[in-house]
This record gives sequence, C-alpha cells and structure tokens, in this order.
Amino acid sequence: MLKVHRDICGYCGCCVSVCPEGALELIDAYLSVEKNCTSCGVCAKVCPLGALEVVNEK
Amino acid sequence: MKNKYDILVIGGGPAGALAAKTAVEKGLSACIVEKRPAIGAPVRCAEGIGQDGIREFMEPDPRWISAEMTGATVVSPDGFVMKLESELAGSKVGYVLDRKFFDRELVWKAAEAGADVAVKSRAAAPILENGVVKGAKIEYCGKITSVHADVVIAADGVESKFSKWCGIDTTVPVREIMSSVQYVMTDIDIDEHSTVFYLGNEVAPEGYLWVFPKGKRTANVGIGISGRKSGEGHRAKDYLDRFVKKTFPHGKTIEYIPGGVSVCRPLACTVGDGLMITGDAARVVDPLTGGGIYNAMYTGKLAATVAAECIGKGDVSKKALMKYDKEWRASKMGKAIERNYHIKEYLIRQSDDKLNEIIHSVAKLNLKEFTTLTLVKEIIRVNPKLMLDLGVLAASLR
Repeated sequence: MLKVHRDICGYCGCCVSVCPEGALELIDAYLSVEKNCTSCGVCAKVCPLGALEVVNEK
Repeated sequence: MKNKYDILVIGGGPAGALAAKTAVEKGLSACIVEKRPAIGAPVRCAEGIGQDGIREFMEPDPRWISAEMTGATVVSPDGFVMKLESELAGSKVGYVLDRKFFDRELVWKAAEAGADVAVKSRAAAPILENGVVKGAKIEYCGKITSVHADVVIAADGVESKFSKWCGIDTTVPVREIMSSVQYVMTDIDIDEHSTVFYLGNEVAPEGYLWVFPKGKRTANVGIGISGRKSGEGHRAKDYLDRFVKKTFPHGKTIEYIPGGVSVCRPLACTVGDGLMITGDAARVVDPLTGGGIYNAMYTGKLAATVAAECIGKGDVSKKALMKYDKEWRASKMGKAIERNYHIKEYLIRQSDDKLNEIIHSVAKLNLKEFTTLTLVKEIIRVNPKLMLDLGVLAASLR
C-alpha cells in the first residue's frame, strides 16, 4: 500500500498529476489516497521530496 | 455563493480569475471556487513572465512585481556563462512577479467586476446529467452544496481532478512531469536584474535549475527535473540542496516550495459537454520553459469569451465549445507550445558535451533581440540537424 509521510509531504500535487488511476487528491494541506490505488509507485518516484513510499502489506 | 451561475470556475489562480472576470464583463454570472483558504498561497511558481505577456492583460504594477529583468544568463554544463542582454540598455524584458499579491489582484479584479468568490471551497465532484456537465458539488467546511452552471471552467491546476472525474484523461506521463523544488533565498550574491538558467545532466537532468531575482540579494532558487530521472537519493530536492550548498552556502532560505510542472503536449481535447479546461489543468504550460502564467491567463480569458457566446446561443455542447479548443491551438500561444515541445524533446536528448557546444556557439552570435523564439532560431541556425528533427514545424521559424 501507499504510505504518505505527512512530515515530509509539501502538499504540492506533483504526484496527483501522474497517478494513472486518479487515486490521489490534494485536499488543501492533505493528500488523500483512494481505495483504487494500485501501489504502482509512479507517485513515489516523481515526488520531489520523497514523501511517498510503497510498503508491502503484511 | 448561490446555487446557480452561468459559469462556475474551479480554481482561483490566473486562469480561473481571468475566466471569471471575463465572464462577468460579458454580462454573465460567475463564481470562482478555490479549495485553499487563501488566494495566491502557497505559491508554486518561479514567477517569471515576459513583459509583453503581462501587458496584454494589465499594466504592470509595482505592488505585485518583485523585480524587473533586463537580461537572462544561461550557464552551460561546463560552467560557461552566456549573458543575454536586452538590446537597449536598461530596457525590461520581463518581470519576476510576487504571485501572492498578483493572484490576489487578479481575483480581486474579478470580484470587483461582479464575480462571486468562495475560498476553502473544494469541487468534490461534478454534477453530470447524461454525460453533460451541469455544475459541481462544492464542499465547504464539511458541508456539500450543489452548484449548477451552464458551463464549468476547470482551472484547477497541475493537480487537476475535475476533468478526470468528467471522463477526460489528464494523466501526465512520468517523463513529462517536472519534479520541482524551490527555495526563496535571501542574503545571496546575485545579479538582481538577470534571470539565470543552469543546464546539464549533472545539475538538472532533463530540466533546468533557476535563479530568478526577487530584489536585492533575494531570489527564487529552484529546480525541475524529469520525473523519470527522479528517485530515492536523486530527487529534485537532492539536486537543489547540492547546488545551494556549493553556490549559496551562506544564503538563508525563507520559503520552501515543492511542485510539479507538466511539460507534455496539451490535452488532446480541452472541452466537453458543458465543460472547458484551462491553464495548467489543460496542460498548456510551455514545455521548454515551464512557464504557465501567461498561457493560463490567455486560455482563461478565451474560454470565458467562447462560453459567453455559446451560452448566448443556448448551445453549450462539446461541439459548440470546440471553438475555444480550435482557437487556442491556432493562436500564437498554441503554436509556441507545439514548437517548443519539439525543441524540448531535442534538447533533453543531448549530452552535456553537445549542450556545451550549442551554448558556446549561440554565445558567439550577438543576439540583438531577446525572446525564447530568437534564442530557438539561433540554436537551430548553429545546429542545422535540429531543422530536420523539427520537420514541418521548422518552416514556421524561418
């Protein structure tokens, strides 16, 4: 699943623009991740700060 | 905020503000909904704009101009410095804006002209009837209100969701998102009247690093790198921090701004039934420079102009609204985007050695005029092969 490191995230929306599923939304100072996220990791790659991480589900 | 407008504008940036202002000036009712609690903040912009660009919409005002530029400087990968000065000493080529004030001014002008404005109000979903956009559900402090409109103008920026919800694919390819970070830095040694662009695969892979002065010893120091070059340990912030440590070790960072800038082609179609898409949401950023302020204002104004005509005729179908799409593509802005897209695609494929060669050769020419276009023309003149790569487009440059 996609983990948002809220202490690193700068709420810029860069990730939202590349999400192929439309699963991310920037709600002011809050990044929301919808259920249709496939953990593809595209957002984590482009994040200018490294605030997103795909973590394996246990 | 009422529950019905002629035009509902999603987003209170330059595109949205110009759309709403134009709409009310044409006698329509319009409302801007802005999800942020403040217009103009946070700024996610290097704030540079050509002086002709701004004058097309309004007279420059010192209240929202941080600095006036008389030249630009390009630093090649080998450290060679190419200075481009305006032909007339002291004449302005562009401005570095203060977007916090600029955006507020634009929205204030729209409000003064008669538009409604709602902040901290987020479009949470479109109102669709048989595939036709009829308005939006607006969330304000946890409460959702339906706002109907004849036309919805999506001006919701790089993180745009509205058109996606209406079935239009707005996804930016990974390689064509500029993953960006900018610091507003003070107490640094800079030429306060020249923008500086640093190029090179070591400095900013498939992008560039900028120093845009905002006054004495203060500048926007930022970087954009291609999304495909970004990853753990080599993100935009890593590159910028390395540059700052080396170049401005004693500078003070007074603002920290991440962001994303699309440098892809514009959306294949920027209208739908009852829907128009403008500015960064339409992906009309200049793919070479990453500049989007002028293009946002231009498309915002044009969208509302066409919307007013169509509402007047009682036809807001996709077919009728297509006039907007066709017109901006045929405009100077549309052509510049297409041309600069090809130039960008050429430049990002070049090695540092080739970039050095290009910049050295351009520097030998005494450029009299100073615009992106003249620069591009010179780059082509010294690199005839580019002419072949550009194909038919090259004709428009001669």
